Amino acid sequence: MTATTTSAGSGLSEVARSEATLRTFLHGLPGVDQIGAEQRAAMLGTRSIKTSAKAWAIDLAIRMVDLTTLEGADTPGKVRALCAKARRPDPADPGCPTVAAVCVYPSMVPTAAAALAGSGIHLASVATAFPSGQAPLEVKLADTAAAVAAGADEIDMVINRGMFLAGRYSEVYDEIVAVKQACGNAHLKVILETGELVTYDNVRRASWLAMIAGADFIKTSTGKVPIAATLPVTLIMLEAVRDFRAATGRQIGVKPAGGIRNTKDAIKFLVTVNETAGEDWLHPDWFRFGASTLLNDLLMQRTKLTTGVYSGPDYFTVD
Amino acid sequence: MSERVAVRKTYKLFIGGKFPRSESGRSYPVQNSNVALASRKDLRDAVVAARAAVKAWSGTTAYNRGQVLYRVAEMLEGRREQFVALGEPADEVDAAIDRWVWYAGWSDKLPQVYGGANPVAGPYFNLSAPEPTGVVGIVAPAQPSLLGLVSVVAPAIVTGNTAVVLASEERPLAPVTLAEVLATSDLPGGVVNLLTGRIAETAPHLAAHMDVNALDLTGVADGELARTLEEAAAANLKRVLRPSSPDWTADPGTRRMTAFLETKTVWHPKGV
Amino acid sequence: MALFEYAPAPESRSVVDIKPSYGLFINGEFVDPTDGGALKSINPASEEVLAEVAEAGAGDVDRAVRAARAAYEKVWGPMPGRDRAKYLFRIARLIQERGRELAVLESLDNGKPIRESRDVDIPLVAAYFFYYAGWADKLPYAGFGSDPRPLGVAGQVIPWNFPLLMLAWKIAPALAAGNTVVLKPAETTPLTALLFAEICQQAELPAGVVNIVTGAGDTGRAVVTHPGVDKVAFTGSTEVGRGIAKAIAGTRKKLTLELGGKAANIVFDDAPIDQAVEGIVNGIFFNQGHVCCAGSRLLVQESVYDAVLESLKRRMARLRVGDPLDKNIDIGAINSAAQLERIRTLSEIGAQEGAERWSPPCELPDRGFWFAPTIFTGVSQAHRIAREEIFGPVLSVLTFRTPAEAVEKANNTPYGLSAGVWTDKGSRILWMADRLRAGVVWANTFNKFDPTSPFGGYKESGYGREGGRHGLEAYLDV
Repeated sequence: MTATTTSAGSGLSEVARSEATLRTFLHGLPGVDQIGAEQRAAMLGTRSIKTSAKAWAIDLAIRMVDLTTLEGADTPGKVRALCAKARRPDPADPGCPTVAAVCVYPSMVPTAAAALAGSGIHLASVATAFPSGQAPLEVKLADTAAAVAAGADEIDMVINRGMFLAGRYSEVYDEIVAVKQACGNAHLKVILETGELVTYDNVRRASWLAMIAGADFIKTSTGKVPIAATLPVTLIMLEAVRDFRAATGRQIGVKPAGGIRNTKDAIKFLVTVNETAGEDWLHPDWFRFGASTLLNDLLMQRTKLTTGVYSGPDYFTVD
Repeated sequence: MSERVAVRKTYKLFIGGKFPRSESGRSYPVQNSNVALASRKDLRDAVVAARAAVKAWSGTTAYNRGQVLYRVAEMLEGRREQFVALGEPADEVDAAIDRWVWYAGWSDKLPQVYGGANPVAGPYFNLSAPEPTGVVGIVAPAQPSLLGLVSVVAPAIVTGNTAVVLASEERPLAPVTLAEVLATSDLPGGVVNLLTGRIAETAPHLAAHMDVNALDLTGVADGELARTLEEAAAANLKRVLRPSSPDWTADPGTRRMTAFLETKTVWHPKGV
Repeated sequence: MALFEYAPAPESRSVVDIKPSYGLFINGEFVDPTDGGALKSINPASEEVLAEVAEAGAGDVDRAVRAARAAYEKVWGPMPGRDRAKYLFRIARLIQERGRELAVLESLDNGKPIRESRDVDIPLVAAYFFYYAGWADKLPYAGFGSDPRPLGVAGQVIPWNFPLLMLAWKIAPALAAGNTVVLKPAETTPLTALLFAEICQQAELPAGVVNIVTGAGDTGRAVVTHPGVDKVAFTGSTEVGRGIAKAIAGTRKKLTLELGGKAANIVFDDAPIDQAVEGIVNGIFFNQGHVCCAGSRLLVQESVYDAVLESLKRRMARLRVGDPLDKNIDIGAINSAAQLERIRTLSEIGAQEGAERWSPPCELPDRGFWFAPTIFTGVSQAHRIAREEIFGPVLSVLTFRTPAEAVEKANNTPYGLSAGVWTDKGSRILWMADRLRAGVVWANTFNKFDPTSPFGGYKESGYGREGGRHGLEAYLDV
């Protein structure tokens, strides 16, 4: 174990001292009963958010969107269009808030940086051999450094799920620490790829591992595996950041990404944030939606609330 | 040569595996013998003994309880002639022996027949299983004093209950002799406690006792007494089996076992 | 002011058509009482009068029992099981079709949150009818002999905490087994039973098979003691249950009782804490704690006490108390002024006896009957709030050190209805489950109910089981 300093607060600084202490700590976290956790999430999903509360929630959700394009077919033109959309989501309503960030591949960072200049919108880049994470550490670090150098102020890294599942927690930890260093001042979001971790026990352990190693955000998914951001998995991660702050005083953000496509779902997530981590997390600095199609549904519902008339997709831009 | 003088037997109570006289020092003449006349305090001691025996007896494996009951049948078979000599009809003694064998076999089958998995509409393991209710107070039938007694005691204890039994008032000799069989059959002390004497004197204390879980009134012939006993039993909601005089030679069914069982249902989520 | 203030989301009342007054449902018709009076059913959340309902006198009960007897002898008894089944299936379907109406009415009359009446009570009501409908033509396979016979007329008295669900638990198995019934709903919550009577009409259930006699204690007594009743089933307090057991002593009436409880909810230090806290909250605050099997005694292992209490308090602060018809409400109104008084009295005794009382900041409506979710810490077994059933949103917190101590404390009560165990260790769950003297043991879950799953108590929590194959036994001559 390298003697890298971590951002972990007091009380947990010793946890990463060795493989043994890390394992002891992670396996000492309370277990998660799958059925109970899913029932809690389902109950939160029954909250009925109407009228003024809905309007407030929609605007907040828009401000929390990391507007994302992560395709092999991405081009500078596509990315510029996305950035335009980020700056002005609803051309018909200048009062519509902007999104939190645009999220692209490292090669698209220079294009996005130029397109977002002066907007206050964050620029996030995936890095570390996204989405599999299966590359040598040097490559991952170079990937990260290049994205930051090109103007990204947020880095979405993937953890090495293989190593995690093999129980080689120290190696996962070291990698996150190294990437965090390579980030410099950029914020680090650590993608757990919860769909590959499978159990909520693993999600809880991976959340703590990432937070101890210095993550600023923990993020559910790459969006590239079948099971992405579910409500229960986000619930587990919200419990983790809540408990981590109680233990260390340091607040970590949460980003569900992948599969959140409509307003109704987004509001369920906000309710879950509100009733799990608490209202301190109801801010784009602490909660994000990794999404692309979600934004248009939010805009459509927003228009409906303003006008009282159901809108249609033809009235919202497809970028 | 004079004829040998017989050694007579003192017919005593059976409490906690021991054979004490009544703490009251009383006896009553019946069947040409003096038999212990149990008092309220003897009843109290019997309940204490029965309660103390619950944990171990109910915790014994069903296999083991079955073997103990079978052992009772073996011992009874060996003493068959003794009961006949006491005036019990031979066919009834045989039926009593067979009844022990029949109930012995139930010990590890009743939970399977009476319990089971419940297909609840959700991701849960859900299992119901019978458990003994605890201490059962039994007023045994006056007649037939052996077969009737065996027919009420064996089903109560085979499932793990312990019993305080008020034996036939008019024919206590066979019951006390059965207690001697039980005492030599690997049955732990206190599982069966047998009192002789006046039913009308002891039964009200048994029915009202707050540390007794169930009451079998099978042998209460007096309807008015039965009603007051049932009323008293309501104080702590004892499970009550009302008086009856069935054909003791018929197939007894499972009713006398299930009357003194509780059903416990356990739920657990099924998840990863 | 919270940052994310949920706007009111009231369920519409317009689905329910409450009549100004209701008669008794006897022999398939609503009739006026001949020798009884009337009582008012109020909405406990607002104290508004919802309707006036008849109070059946002894003569009315007698009429109902005779109607039930006639239906039993002439129609329902002789009817093939497959046809009884079809009526019960019809009823189940009608309950589903009119589910929202029933849920709203239940919340109005009882005070429970619409979320619960909509998602728990009414779906379970339908499920119980579906389950027992299927038994009606399969009784010879239920393990009670090749031709199990019904008992005759069942007199049933039910409580106010789950008005329609308790009706379903009583009526569905009774009818499936071939009995007819005279049922008395609780005096504070009669309305869904009366709507159920309409559903029986809609299902064209033969007249007299189900009779609903509304009223209070005297009406219940008349039902239970009527010589024409063959079977008595009661759910309610242990005190009343004891009285019923006494009243029917010496008769041939078969009796089942589902009474009070003081369940231990036991949390070990290796428990899945977040789910355990949910289970604690669900265990005691579900239905305002008006639950006989509520986990009203929390036993926490000392080594994890601080963490559990902190988590529990944080979670309790999120509970939303208020208008039962608001879809975002977690805790509704206390069912009656009398019950509120009892909860207050016992809570005051708890404080006087030295336990420490805590409730989250919680604004309660001005009108209606309300009680904030409350916990008492520093409680010992000797405290009255650790021994007596409060039947409200009040939790007594105790600690233990070892599994044996947890079992000893859990069992140290005259009750024995339910228990909860929270631990990640499988063998410990089974060890605990073997030793807990309770009819239902919820391990790593709590307050779960299902028509296939027998429910009922040990000791002074009553006898007999409701639900499952076992539930049939109460209504068969076996």
